[in-house]
Amino acid sequence: MRNIQKSFSGVVALGAVDLDVLPGEVHALIGQNGAGKSTLIKILTGVYKRDDGEVLIDGEVSIIGSPREAQDCGVATIYQELNLVGLRSVTENICLGYEPRRFGCFVDWPKAHRDAREVLMRFGVDIDVREPLNSYSTAIQQLVAIARAVSLDAKLVIMDEPTSSLDEQEVEVLFAVIRGLKRDGVSVLYVSHFLEELYQVCDRVTIMRDGRSVAVREIAHTSRIELIAEMLGRDPGEIESAGMTEFSAGEAVKGEPLVEVSGIATGRQLQNFDMTVHAGEIVGLGGLLGSGRTEVARALFGLDRLSKGGLKWCGEELKSMKPAEAIALGIGYLTEDRKSEGIVPGLSVRENLSLAILPRITKGWCIDRQQEREIVEHFVSALGIKTADIDQPIRELSGGNQQKVLLGRWLAISPKLLLLDEPTRGVDIGAKFEIQAIIRDYVSQGVGVVLISSEFAELVEGADTVVVLQEGHSVRELSNPGVSEDVLLKAIAEPASGVAA
Amino acid sequence: MSATPVTTARPKVLIDTTMRNGLIVLLILFVFNSLMTPNFLQMQTLSVNISQVATIAIVAIGMTLVIAAGGIDLSVGAVMALSGALAPLVFMSDSLQASPVLAVFLAFAVALSAALLCGLFNGYLISHLGVQPIIATLILFISGRGIAQVLTNGNLQTFDYPAFSVIGTGKFLALPVQGWLMLFLAAAVYWVVSKTPFGRYLLALGGNEKAALLSGVPVHRVKIGTYVICSLLAGIAGLIVVAINSASDAARNGELMELDAIAAAVVGGALLQGGRAPIFGAVLGAIIIQLVKYTLLANGIEDEVALIAKAGIIVVAVYFQQSVKE
Repeated sequence: MRNIQKSFSGVVALGAVDLDVLPGEVHALIGQNGAGKSTLIKILTGVYKRDDGEVLIDGEVSIIGSPREAQDCGVATIYQELNLVGLRSVTENICLGYEPRRFGCFVDWPKAHRDAREVLMRFGVDIDVREPLNSYSTAIQQLVAIARAVSLDAKLVIMDEPTSSLDEQEVEVLFAVIRGLKRDGVSVLYVSHFLEELYQVCDRVTIMRDGRSVAVREIAHTSRIELIAEMLGRDPGEIESAGMTEFSAGEAVKGEPLVEVSGIATGRQLQNFDMTVHAGEIVGLGGLLGSGRTEVARALFGLDRLSKGGLKWCGEELKSMKPAEAIALGIGYLTEDRKSEGIVPGLSVRENLSLAILPRITKGWCIDRQQEREIVEHFVSALGIKTADIDQPIRELSGGNQQKVLLGRWLAISPKLLLLDEPTRGVDIGAKFEIQAIIRDYVSQGVGVVLISSEFAELVEGADTVVVLQEGHSVRELSNPGVSEDVLLKAIAEPASGVAA
Repeated sequence: MSATPVTTARPKVLIDTTMRNGLIVLLILFVFNSLMTPNFLQMQTLSVNISQVATIAIVAIGMTLVIAAGGIDLSVGAVMALSGALAPLVFMSDSLQASPVLAVFLAFAVALSAALLCGLFNGYLISHLGVQPIIATLILFISGRGIAQVLTNGNLQTFDYPAFSVIGTGKFLALPVQGWLMLFLAAAVYWVVSKTPFGRYLLALGGNEKAALLSGVPVHRVKIGTYVICSLLAGIAGLIVVAINSASDAARNGELMELDAIAAAVVGGALLQGGRAPIFGAVLGAIIIQLVKYTLLANGIEDEVALIAKAGIIVVAVYFQQSVKE
């Protein structure tokens, strides 16, 4: 790709981007949120039309006008959010749009099933391809997406954050598949925020910043710090001297107990859970996927009814409540999935940010527009949200900036307790530091935080206390200082020993 | 607050692309008719068109709200029939003949209360019981007209009651009363959508229901509210139709209105997946559909062809909507 340019409603998203991927190469593409990675990929796959520049495949200029044309040119994409049809069978998903035909019109199902099985076997996956796709784990679904790409004879497979929802073992399987693709001469464009991964599978890396490609490096000869420095446009030495995260736990002065949770259960996912959060404290929830971390947040926010146990808010017993009542108490819940549970894509940054505070800024029948603007502008500048204008639709913002708007939505309610479910997932390093610093700032002013994170480093360094969950039970409480990743891992992995029944 | 915001003001969009296209189409139709259709530029023609478009537009305004919140309401035509059947029953009852003012007032109150109940019924099924909007409103679509016919024993009720008929045949500033009513209702609903928390909530709900719920939006109440407003507007439209005809025909009043209203809303720029509520767009959509129909009829083209033309307009509107989204 040469000199690709693209702008949205006058805002330049990409200005002069070059990207070269060699045959059989695993090429990483990194950059902060908003650097233009997603836009670049969408141009390459024909979702957006480029304003200028050209795309060459095997040395020939190709005009990619639609996703179908991109596929026919040998470019296949595995998106962050899988775009497969969950209810249909694995086979159908692999060959959708390219089914083998019999007599020119009927689908040759036996052959389709055989082909699908064969492709998956190459990746060491042996499953019943007749079953609906969503009966399998995310990891398998991801492999199915890759299998689809391979079965279309892709020359270039684009993977956008492929590991964000996989566990360690599944990541290993994926890497093995990537190495296999490489052996077969297929190129891979690998987009990820997890820098460690790049060292395991990638050959070269292109770094993007502010809509430009700023550097191309051999990954083996580049240090992590250098990569980060290039992404942020800073000096490597400066970063090395700073801590890895902006969280620095253990210095907080605990206030009064804010929430006391005793023995709550909401269903199979959450069976017996105890926790106390004090004002000015970050309580981390540690555990594997499915251990009930998100369910704790849902219970505290009044989304799931308690079947057992009790909640005390500032010392007073709380009966059943609804989200609106939780918000009125000063509880904010930043959800894990910002696309399906966070943003309202068609509404503006302003309307999204003020959604939870409307009852407080309504005078008589009307929303007080003046007050709304002031509040929104305050948070846009305080959180450093990059938006052309507060009336820009939120869907046009990058992931990190959307996340900041949603964080702003909850900070605007002047929260007493924030439930943060993976607040920095899918967010680049720059925005991650900023978000962590903002949270820390609010905590020092006496806000209590429940932090859910799959990143152990974030929990270990960020939380004052970590409550460890196993299969819906709270099994351990670890307090900082003294928590290390090893201690946390051990607590998560070790069989529960009568600490909780 | 920082004195120099990072943001730069984007020009305030008063008329969006869909609205602009609509106005252009309207202008073309107007110029064409001025040149080709005899007697087009006369008060009489204007009045006829306004009185016919008003009912469609009023129902389309309500439909736009429901669509914006991610729903659909098929029962509007039946609600029109019901409200239209109830009003004459009230003001023609023997006990009320002494005081026409009270009679008309009660007629409105009873008819609109019935419409309100219909809206509550739809809203309750959809919000609390989680029935699909298209199925939930299908219940009243079928039974509402049935109830109206039972109430009137299936007869055509004719009447001569000027105090009531004013909403269908009266004039204000030389134009039909229902035209003014249409503008007033559109302005009122526009105000609700753009200024009140209810309006914001309904757009959030249509845009992403889960996110709205998690932000404390009273989802059930907002849903019920949209269906109640939609039914009330349909009820008003039903009364206007009865007043125009000086007769209530429960079998015909509001027939196929749900489709006209949805068409007008779509032509006006409403997205069927929700999240957008172009109220004046719906009025414009209704006017365009009416004017095309009138143009064809006035130039001697048959009714059946006019129906095809209507379908054509919808196709073109959807096409433009899609291309704008790109």
